[in-house]
Amino acid sequence: MSDFNVNVRGVGSVSVIDVKGYLDAHTAPDLENAFNSLLENDQFKVVVNFNDLTYISSAGLGVFMAYVETMRENSGDIKFSNMQDSVYNIFDLLGFPVLYEFFKDEVEAVNKFSDEQ
Amino acid sequence: MSNSQNKKLVVKSTTDNLIKIRDFIKDSAASSGLKEDAIGKIILAVDEACTNIIKHAYKYSVDGEINVAVKSDKLKFTIQITDSGNHFDPENIPEPDIQKYHKQKKGGGLGMFLMKKLMDEVSYKNLTNNRNQVTLIKYIS
Repeated sequence: MSDFNVNVRGVGSVSVIDVKGYLDAHTAPDLENAFNSLLENDQFKVVVNFNDLTYISSAGLGVFMAYVETMRENSGDIKFSNMQDSVYNIFDLLGFPVLYEFFKDEVEAVNKFSDEQ
Repeated sequence: MSNSQNKKLVVKSTTDNLIKIRDFIKDSAASSGLKEDAIGKIILAVDEACTNIIKHAYKYSVDGEINVAVKSDKLKFTIQITDSGNHFDPENIPEPDIQKYHKQKKGGGLGMFLMKKLMDEVSYKNLTNNRNQVTLIKYIS
């Protein structure tokens, strides 16, 4: 069994990344690869669905830090949804809530992109 | 009831061992009388400390050793992590500016800051034989 899994799917013009398991310094490169593939395909509107993510370390948060500006420069963004409290608390400790939008539900996050147009 | 204990884990400096280190801390902390929320914070702080050792002290060389020693009594849970990699001066590491890091598309530099937020005490020491040691303490209340 793998300790981390990342899956990318399209919902309209938005790319949804499902993350599952443990996101740490060992597994963060898998998430970087997912973001690199999106950039190669000019996909800049991203929702990360955290429903099945049970653990994150700063190596995982660093991936979002490294990519979000590029998305925003291209009229996109990285938005977060379905986060467990224990995972949200780490984002909160590092002051991420003022820099990112967090949604309870994936649909709300996806719809926010069409509202912004 | 909390019992005093002394445990040790030695692993090579590879990121696939982080899960082993977290499991070791989880098991040790569970038998110390700490609450689940505090155990989660300790696991993450130790992960951050070991990630820094792998990245910065050993610069991803896989031959390094990370020695994790756990000690607990009624009052506190102490973790001492020792490596033989490059020295660093914690005084020279600035507090992270999260907004600036985003603008710079920088994906690191948060670990030490997070450790301080998660633990009650964090200290760094240079030992003999070119070893470095970081000590993390959580009070048991």
